[in-house]
Amino acid sequence: MVRYLKYLTPLVVFLVVVWFLGRGLYLNPREVPSPLVDKPAPVFSVADLHRPERQFSSEKMMGQVWILNVWASWCRACRDEHPLFVELGRKNIVPIVGLNYKDQRGDALEWLRALGDPYVASAYDVDGRVGMDFGVYGVPETYVIDKQGIIRYKHIGPVTAKSLETKVVALVKELQQ
Amino acid sequence: MIPEIGHYALILALSMAIIQSVLPLIGAQQAKASWIAVARPAAQGQFAFVLVAFGCLTYAFITNDFSVQYAASHSNSQLPIEYRIAAVWGGHEGSLLLWALMLAGWTFAVSILSKNLPDEMVARVIGVLGLVSVGFLLFLLLTSNPFDRLIPAALDGRDLNPLLQDPGLIIHPPMLYMGYVGFSVAFAFAIAALLSGRLDAAWARWSRPWTTAAWCFLTIGIALGSWWAYYELGWGGWWFWDPVENASFMPWLIGTALIHSLAVTEKRGSFKNWTVLLAIIAFSMSLLGTFLVRSGVLTSVHAFATDPARGVYILGFLAVTIGGSLFLYAVRAPSVSKGGEFSMLSRETLLLSNNVLLVVACGTVLLGTLYPLLLDALDMGKISVGPPYFNSVFVPLMMPLLFLIGLAPFVRWKKANLGELARLLRWAFCVALVVALLLPFTMGEWHWMVSLSLLMAMWIIVTAMLGFIRRVKRGNGLKGISMSYYGMQIGHLGMAVFVIGVAMIGGYQTEKDVRMEIGDVTSVGGYTFRFDGVVDQAGPNYQATRGYIQVMKDGENVMLMHPEKRIYNVQTMPMTEAAIDSGFTRDLYVSLGEPVSGGAWSVRIYHKPFVNWIWGGCALMALGGLFAICDRRYRIASRQRKEAEKRKMATANKGSSGDATGTAAVAREAKV
Repeated sequence: MVRYLKYLTPLVVFLVVVWFLGRGLYLNPREVPSPLVDKPAPVFSVADLHRPERQFSSEKMMGQVWILNVWASWCRACRDEHPLFVELGRKNIVPIVGLNYKDQRGDALEWLRALGDPYVASAYDVDGRVGMDFGVYGVPETYVIDKQGIIRYKHIGPVTAKSLETKVVALVKELQQ
Repeated sequence: MIPEIGHYALILALSMAIIQSVLPLIGAQQAKASWIAVARPAAQGQFAFVLVAFGCLTYAFITNDFSVQYAASHSNSQLPIEYRIAAVWGGHEGSLLLWALMLAGWTFAVSILSKNLPDEMVARVIGVLGLVSVGFLLFLLLTSNPFDRLIPAALDGRDLNPLLQDPGLIIHPPMLYMGYVGFSVAFAFAIAALLSGRLDAAWARWSRPWTTAAWCFLTIGIALGSWWAYYELGWGGWWFWDPVENASFMPWLIGTALIHSLAVTEKRGSFKNWTVLLAIIAFSMSLLGTFLVRSGVLTSVHAFATDPARGVYILGFLAVTIGGSLFLYAVRAPSVSKGGEFSMLSRETLLLSNNVLLVVACGTVLLGTLYPLLLDALDMGKISVGPPYFNSVFVPLMMPLLFLIGLAPFVRWKKANLGELARLLRWAFCVALVVALLLPFTMGEWHWMVSLSLLMAMWIIVTAMLGFIRRVKRGNGLKGISMSYYGMQIGHLGMAVFVIGVAMIGGYQTEKDVRMEIGDVTSVGGYTFRFDGVVDQAGPNYQATRGYIQVMKDGENVMLMHPEKRIYNVQTMPMTEAAIDSGFTRDLYVSLGEPVSGGAWSVRIYHKPFVNWIWGGCALMALGGLFAICDRRYRIASRQRKEAEKRKMATANKGSSGDATGTAAVAREAKV
């Protein structure tokens, strides 16, 4: 009997791995806490999406609480979360800066025309260098940055109405005090 | 109309695959010759239908048929024709169809190149491959149909992800898939052997060339991916331990173990169970790779579209295929006869050590890749595993492996003499040691890690030369050496070249990000770089900002490098075009960052010593594999087997003469 059990080992090991993989399907790997939280946000200066000849510099945002939303026109999930940002932008609570990540300018502008532009400014990160500095895993991602330029919260993946309200907006209001 | 034909062809291919798997497998089990005979035509028919489906999808891309949902999301009418074709496998559905096409292609190759194998065996192999085909074709049709219509049709497509618009992407995925899918043949041979109960040297000899071929494709595919990331994406490194990279590397490690273990099974009849298990694991790793990449359970820099329904399907498929195979293994393996005995110091032992090291290495990569998932599944928090883990566990495993590469070819089968080995190899080791100790000084700085890696690389090179010299003396010159010996040593030399590249990069590369004004000078890797400003220039289809960087060495001008920032007219998309001066012993790499202020630019400068040796080494390894496949032995053995079969048919009571002649041929060959 023991002789036979030996040959069953690979099967048993395999089944354990399958169990973990199965659980993994229902977890969200994108919820990794960022090492950059509570650290100063990387300072960047890249071309403005709307006016290529102008630069957008993140130093301009110093002294106020702001939100950085990383998006791209090729990203499906961005389309899902975008109306929420349009809604938030309309309320005028907090300035939202868009970081257009590895995108084509024409596509990006067309996308904003069609779906609405909630951003006070749009930075055009064409080769993803800024994204790399921020440790962007995938789009969309959303950062809350405080008056001192410190990242206070990072949301990976599309925001939902609930997470935007309870985490992002609540934190923004607290930081604005 | 054309997309519907494609869809229909895919359904016919599925029906064909069902016939291809059911009839031959049952036929072989019940010895029904007419059912067995279905195997080859069914496999060829299945290939034809998948080819038609693939052709129809390609047609939709070439003719910009944006009423096809998949084409509308991954192509655009302004895309150049070569990228429109490459865009066919630029997304999930198309890349799966490519998978299915390659699987059918490998099966087709088995059906025409197996004339010398017993029909019953071929029927089983093709039947098992058919089952895998059924799984993938069902996956396509149920969850990822590339022929779905978009009504009303889009005016224009959403275009291929700009990152993927690169020549590297045209060939990298097909090569990688050829490797992945190729292991399905080794897998099918293993399952066929388990089903028939004929796990013998002949089985190992049949599956060896197929396994080596798949391994060659995988080697090239991985190397191309690494090269592409370095040159085109400008990531600056050559390997990142990214989950998607690991997904391709794990089957490679197991495949490498498998080709070595097959050698023992073929030559000595030992390790049969182990070899079968490795063949199953190698294919599991390919499937696992597909699962990891396509299901989105892990985060990766490769941002693929993800969908849990697809993940559930692949996982279910993985569970059934591999679970079933391992169950079959558990049932059949206990009754397999043990091979010949061997002593502690013998080639068998060394090849077993090779296998253990490679499998453990694969295990560490698997653990590192899945660890974040394991912890998360157990609610123990979220973590990321990065290069520090992989480098610290992987490198120590590779060092003894490299030492074995140099040693094993000199060790006799069954039992070797330690004293004799030491006498034979002591000078080789001394030469390697001296070179490894002194060489790093020529680079200006001595690192023990570089020196140790160089020791292993030199050890492999010196012993390979010694091996050739001994063979030449014994036989009739270089021509008398068998192709498989050439193959082995070329593959091993490739490993040495690869290790030199990795060691030099690890020890001596320099990367510098600097802000440069006109006239500013900076020094990297013994070269001096002077920034002479930028000039706007019009290219054929783009506007460029062209940087002028004068490179000097020892006060003399060596060359002028021109990194560019380009804005393409049609797509209005800026691209960073790095200037790379590629050389035998080093690469110089300069790219323009952003204009900072007042005419100054941020400039990125790399000095990468011996970086091309990394990919050169991989190419050599694949070349070695090609040599090994071309060995006469496989053709002689199979020809004699066929003659033996004929004789067997003539005189039915002659028994297993086929095996005996085959083995004799191998023995003769081995003596040369």
